[in-house]
Amino acid sequence: MLELASSTLLEPGGLGLADLERAIGRLVEGPVDLGDLYFQNSQSESWVLEDGIVKAGSFSIDQGVGVRAICGTGTGFAYADAINMPALMQAAGSARSIARSGSGGSTAIVRPVKAPALYRPDNPLEVTDSASKVDLLRTIDSYVRSLDTRVTQVNVSLTVEHESVLVAASDGTLAGDVRPLIRLDVRVIAEQGDRRESGNSGGGGRYALEKLMQPQAWQKFADEAVRLALVNLEAVAAPAGFMTVVLGPGWPGVLLHEAIGHGLEGDFHRKGISAFNGRMGEMIATSHCTVVDDGTLPERRGSLSIDDEGTPSARNVLIENGRLVGLMQDKLNARAMGVKPTGNGRRESYAHLPLPRMTNTYMLPGEHAPEEIIASVDDGIYAVNFNGGQVDITSGKFVFVASEAYRIRNGKLGEPLKGATLIGNGPDVLTRVAMVGNDLELDSGVGVCGKDGQGVPVGVGQPTLRIDGLTVGGTQ
Amino acid sequence: MNEVQSHKRSPLLADPDREKARLEGIADQVLRLARRGGADAAEVSVSSSHSRNVTVRLGEIDVLEDARDRGVSVTVYRGRSSGNASTGDLEPASLERTVEHALAIARHTQPDPAGGLADADRMATEIRDFDQWHPAELDMPALIDRASAIEQAGLERDSRIGNSEGASVSSDAGLHVYANSHGFVGSSRGTSYSQSCVLVANDDSGMQRDWDWDDKIRFSDLLDVEATGRGAADRALRRLGARRMPSGRMPVLFVPETALGLVRHLVGAVSGGNLYRRSSFLLDHAGRQVFPEWVRIFEDPHLAGASRSSSFDAEGVATKPTPLIEQGVLSRYVLGSYAARKLGLETTANAGGVRNLLFSPGERSFEQLLAEMGQGLVVTEVMGQGVNLVTGDYSRGAAGFRVEDGQLAWPVEEITIAGNLRDMFAGLRAAGSDVETRRNIQVPSLLIDSMTVAGQA
Repeated sequence: MLELASSTLLEPGGLGLADLERAIGRLVEGPVDLGDLYFQNSQSESWVLEDGIVKAGSFSIDQGVGVRAICGTGTGFAYADAINMPALMQAAGSARSIARSGSGGSTAIVRPVKAPALYRPDNPLEVTDSASKVDLLRTIDSYVRSLDTRVTQVNVSLTVEHESVLVAASDGTLAGDVRPLIRLDVRVIAEQGDRRESGNSGGGGRYALEKLMQPQAWQKFADEAVRLALVNLEAVAAPAGFMTVVLGPGWPGVLLHEAIGHGLEGDFHRKGISAFNGRMGEMIATSHCTVVDDGTLPERRGSLSIDDEGTPSARNVLIENGRLVGLMQDKLNARAMGVKPTGNGRRESYAHLPLPRMTNTYMLPGEHAPEEIIASVDDGIYAVNFNGGQVDITSGKFVFVASEAYRIRNGKLGEPLKGATLIGNGPDVLTRVAMVGNDLELDSGVGVCGKDGQGVPVGVGQPTLRIDGLTVGGTQ
Repeated sequence: MNEVQSHKRSPLLADPDREKARLEGIADQVLRLARRGGADAAEVSVSSSHSRNVTVRLGEIDVLEDARDRGVSVTVYRGRSSGNASTGDLEPASLERTVEHALAIARHTQPDPAGGLADADRMATEIRDFDQWHPAELDMPALIDRASAIEQAGLERDSRIGNSEGASVSSDAGLHVYANSHGFVGSSRGTSYSQSCVLVANDDSGMQRDWDWDDKIRFSDLLDVEATGRGAADRALRRLGARRMPSGRMPVLFVPETALGLVRHLVGAVSGGNLYRRSSFLLDHAGRQVFPEWVRIFEDPHLAGASRSSSFDAEGVATKPTPLIEQGVLSRYVLGSYAARKLGLETTANAGGVRNLLFSPGERSFEQLLAEMGQGLVVTEVMGQGVNLVTGDYSRGAAGFRVEDGQLAWPVEEITIAGNLRDMFAGLRAAGSDVETRRNIQVPSLLIDSMTVAGQA
């Protein structure tokens, strides 16, 4: 991976390892604790089908180098969109202005970091030709329209990305990665009488487009989008109030991402502004709950062979049998807190700073069959699909928005409910987890996490969960 | 930090006229390349920006950032097929590759009868200056000092302000050129200075975080540092002790910053893309009553000194001041050429979105609106994506204040508010006199007659 990244990123500008060491040397003159260079080339291509035709396509390419100098907890940052020695040295000069003028003269020697490859480096923009991608969208469109006459609008989009990164740092890090990422989305509108509803589904990951082009792969997204729209045509107003909620497996794990995950990112702890501050070692969940953040799952959307600081990704246990045992760290915050980086230093691009971020966050399975969990509820709701969420990490309040839900009465599933926001308090929501299912699933690969204006691909997952008390934001 | 070195000035700030000529030259070159490569028509956007951003946290520098970006995006048309490509590299070889990519894509997309440039006779012929360019000599130390002063003012406000996420000050300048093969070339440039502060208040009830900010075209117009620092402190303090409230139906008063969201939902629902995709609860509503009769929302793309003002939209079409809502009736949709053709209508010069949208204020102050509602909820923050524009169904997380006897009684959080936008718009009872003027969509407080609040059982 390092050789591949280096041939894409360094060779065209005539840069070699000695040049990187010289730039780092310039960057860490004076009292700089860590300096790093992040080279990135990213290409993406997308195709959109609407009203039966593949009407739009776009291609974009961006490359550059981000240069960072860390002094204590302060960061100087600059970047250049040209990858050559003058641009690199100028950016290094700007970034090091964080440091008071100093003694100077440290030399950096970088050595390759060892990390297993979790995905193949093939470029999905090149491996599959444009005509095949266009044909795929048209085939999906015909298939969706054949499913139900109530479908009036079909929108299918395909995005393929290919990114090469190379990191060199004054702590000796030298690492490269080549990351493919593909994603297919299907959105439909179904109409019946004067009701009109939408349904969305999609997925992808860091794997070859051929896999997604298999009918059994895309048909499940098409079927699901149509099913959701049709279910919603029958949906009635959701209840309003505090009640028992059963969450389905897979994508509803967005609960963990919002309620728990963000609050366990190292920067918020270093600054003392997380609602979980000072809770390390305490029970923050019932003993059925074990939650991990795992960047090492092969080909997953949230996976990384190395993070954007060159640290190999890892399977980090955050909550073990209900006890808070781990945080997610990047180099700056790990250093400030006297712990090790966990492989969670991520950035949207060379033009953004790394932050502690999640990869694939999920809860391990428990003992109960999902049917048994639903049967245990007298009155509540069963929510199986969500639109995403948001959290205030300081107050701990989080929301996530159900897009498919059903009423549960006397242990049986009832009528479908209109979309509703669920709101809760991160530090106590997992203390209300009464049952954990044996049906762990990960999401299909559509998650984007936003933090400080930076979006990065992530994954979530969970088994079926029963939570005894969340506020449901319906109208009834 | 007096050793902070001064940065080389960017070409954009050193000589903006020359940078503009350079971007126009690039736009021209891209259009030529497109034509030479077989495009029947093409359009291009080129931009250049420079920003400096400083964040200070607890008196120490947290981040110093110097960011210079350039980019070009080209769309080519071959017959009715189109292709788009973009890059951040404006060197000649890269521009050639980018145009080739766009042309290659146009060979694979299918003919779209609604596609193509906007009509030539709609291009803006006069490009006015809206007083948006006010470069200031600001070095990093000046920004650092200002951020420190803002945070200090906030930290000193009250002993319960015990922590900070920092104060930031930034200085931005940007230049943008749009050109198309009708021969239209338009450019705009603007400066923006912003400051913000995020503080954490703490007492026995827990921690609460909030912020305050300002954003201006002229640096000298920014609020003074104390106002922003103290504003952030006061907003965090007033949330301390927040708790859930009983569920029920009640009037809800949205302060200007949350009322803004309601107007954005309106704009989304009457925007061309959602209309031709049949993804709006306001399909076929042009000319129909959406709000009570007293509501007026006017779009003025020509406001002097407003950052979003422009003589032309994102496809070169001449803009003009026009109402969106008059006497509560939806006067028109928000359309660019593509959506207009799909709908069999004419563009409203809204390619790229609305410019400055002005919701006419009412006569009563915020306090008078509280008195009018009596019992209810004031919403100061909404959370999550629970707005379905296809159906108008609205369900969001919220925080704010319980209102009792016409006054703010206590802070609330961890509640939801729900309803349907159609009913919420029709049920608008009053607008305040307190229009928020810092954003391009200027909205006063809005009082809605009834929504469902969920909190405790």
